Amino acid sequence: MSLDQDLPLLSVKNLSHFYGQHLGCKDVNFDLYPGEVLAIVGESGSGKTTLLNCLSTQIIPTDGAVYYRGRKGQSDNLYEMSEAQQRILLRTDWGFVRQHPRDGLRMNVSAGANVGERLMALGDRHYGKIRDTALDWLEKVEIQVDRIDDAPRTFSGGMQQRLQIARNLVTNPRLVFMDEPTGGLDVSVQARLLDLIRRLVAELGLSIIIVTHDLAVARLLSDRIMVMKDGKVIEQGLTDQVLDDPHQAYTQLLVSSILHVGS
Amino acid sequence: MQQKILSVQNLTKSFVMHLQNGLQLPVMDGAGFEVFAGECVVLGGPSGAGKSTLLKMIYGNYAADAGEIIITHGDQHTDLVTASPREILRLRQSTIGYVSQFLSAIPRVSALDLVAQVARQWGHSEEVAQEKAAKMLGQLNIPEHLWGLPPATFSGGEQQRVNIARGFMGEHKLLLLDEPTASLDAANRQVVLSLIEERKANGTAMLGIFHDADTRDKVADRVIDVTKFAVQRAA
Amino acid sequence: MSLDQLTNEAPAYNFAYLDEQTKRMIRRAILKGIAVPGYQVPFAAREMPMPYGWGTGGVQVTASVLGESDILKVIDQGADDTTNAVSIRNFFAKTANVELTTHTSEATVIQTRHRIPEEELQEHQTLVYQVPIPEPLRFLEPRETETRKMHALSEYGLIHVKLYEDIATHGHIATTYAYPVMVEGRYVMDPSPTPKFDNPKMHKSKALQLFGAGREKRIYALPPHTDVVSLDFEDHPFTIQEWPDTQCAMCGAEGVYFDEVILDDAGNNMFVCSDSDYCETRQSEGHLGPLNADYKERMQ
Repeated sequence: MSLDQDLPLLSVKNLSHFYGQHLGCKDVNFDLYPGEVLAIVGESGSGKTTLLNCLSTQIIPTDGAVYYRGRKGQSDNLYEMSEAQQRILLRTDWGFVRQHPRDGLRMNVSAGANVGERLMALGDRHYGKIRDTALDWLEKVEIQVDRIDDAPRTFSGGMQQRLQIARNLVTNPRLVFMDEPTGGLDVSVQARLLDLIRRLVAELGLSIIIVTHDLAVARLLSDRIMVMKDGKVIEQGLTDQVLDDPHQAYTQLLVSSILHVGS
Repeated sequence: MQQKILSVQNLTKSFVMHLQNGLQLPVMDGAGFEVFAGECVVLGGPSGAGKSTLLKMIYGNYAADAGEIIITHGDQHTDLVTASPREILRLRQSTIGYVSQFLSAIPRVSALDLVAQVARQWGHSEEVAQEKAAKMLGQLNIPEHLWGLPPATFSGGEQQRVNIARGFMGEHKLLLLDEPTASLDAANRQVVLSLIEERKANGTAMLGIFHDADTRDKVADRVIDVTKFAVQRAA
Repeated sequence: MSLDQLTNEAPAYNFAYLDEQTKRMIRRAILKGIAVPGYQVPFAAREMPMPYGWGTGGVQVTASVLGESDILKVIDQGADDTTNAVSIRNFFAKTANVELTTHTSEATVIQTRHRIPEEELQEHQTLVYQVPIPEPLRFLEPRETETRKMHALSEYGLIHVKLYEDIATHGHIATTYAYPVMVEGRYVMDPSPTPKFDNPKMHKSKALQLFGAGREKRIYALPPHTDVVSLDFEDHPFTIQEWPDTQCAMCGAEGVYFDEVILDDAGNNMFVCSDSDYCETRQSEGHLGPLNADYKERMQ
């Protein structure tokens, strides 16, 4: 199989977003291929969250286009789709794992219903089957199945994040956006979550775009990395190459600050 | 004449240390050599001469400034210096293996599965993969009662040997050996030497760094002195 | 004019209290609601001379559809003689001077809180519901902007989440009133706090059904013969309440919606029709329940 035979899942062309006069992100270009994990790193205000929100159609950017290749092989500009189409993508073909579980979960309905919601949205109307699928997914994300009827507010932070992942993956999405999914978790809890994500990515062949300020997370999860500063992508490439042989001053600073903490 | 697997030409590399007022650190200029199928080439020279930098560039871990690193895979030739991240990742899966004692991440997977995973990636059935993994772990003297446990719980030496097992489990045409024998005891060093011999016989091209002169003499078909590629630094 | 007349005569209200411009505005909302069955139409609800929760939405709808020749019936929990029903009936007696009735079959406009009469409604009748919370998705999604969007895009997975939770918690769908329905396969609607027992009566009803929520300022409607399907799961289908082996203590009716009446401190109870007109009509036709005073007489 030659390299040009498989086509990008997502193709980002000259994406820019301004909040009035204020720059969100500018001239972003990249392709994401099926099964690839891309990390977007940078500090707060670098534009990485703006970019993620544009890609996931939470924000319609000021300029540029993003082409998404659907399951039928057609490639459509996300921003020319109707809002209904965008929202269908978001709850079927895509997932979005938020930093704060309260933004990605319904905290007052049971874990089972949280996982089952997307199925019900797609028209599943068999309680028994929905519940079986939910049980299956709780097991996959290492949540004890006897917690299925408990509300996520009774879960630990790590469990809540794992539940968010189950809730998103239940429709077998092809692309999952993650916004600092390990932020705010203890180190050991983080390690378990990262491990789980790695396993699921390998098993399901997911494409992931993950925003993080934690280079260790980027190194563990991603194939490719984009470093953002002041709204622009200043360096991108193979994750281990960018982290081990950074060329830009800012990337070197980022990497060296990690090293100092580590040693 | 064996097939040429790796061809390095006019390879140039310097580091720019932005955090030290943009200090330029040229390390390599005009490196050029070739490695053929079925031979083990060892990079020689004192430490700091750039052996490790060279090996990392050939794995795509460091970016070269200029020159070519042509990898032959099947009937195709890819220049790693200009290849996209995606092409490099594919080459790492299909053609370029890296044998090191260090693994950046240790998942919660048993040692046996960790090694068998590699065999599976190379198309072996679950059964065969498990068999091959067991044989490899046995050869490297990992006690059988540890096989079912994740290596995170192992001693440093045992972890190193699991990583070596993973490195040799692949069937890459080009193997980069990053001091695989350092700090191994005599018995295990001997095992690694025989693994290298085996691969050589299979037609694998190998390029390695071995600090121990005795080991180097045993495995090396040729030694390339990297000091001739090194940039002469102003005193 | 005598002093007595000046001080005691009721002030001159417009017919049915609301001014004509307001009625027009409300009628436009009603028409839009009828045109888009199940869709919640916002309207500029007026302050009414009664507290929110007492039927200010229903009263405004009734006031806007009422004509001089209409015959009005008002029920609360199925009964014509409860406080809320009596007050609203008096209100329209005073402000519209329309004919009043307690008989379902005689009424042209029926304003209700909670129940649909047992007797089947007909083409010439309009049923006006008092609605406290019109938004069926509110309990799971508090953001109005989001629920509006969900209605617009027909994204109704969430409503099944509520039913799922019921089954997970109680083993069956425990929602017994305000049980969500799908209208003409398009909009999910809250049938106001009507018991689910009455949901099937909404389906393809011959009467026009109008819903008014005063505090929330929403009107929605079901034109006659509209499809109204109660939501459920394949393996947990919708069912209505049943009172097996129970008959009305007063009229002996079976298979109707019952009120339980506690008779003494020992917990003895009886069941009576919640629809008071239905019960009285049956009694007048000679149907008697076991606790009816005339029952023993007849038995002797």
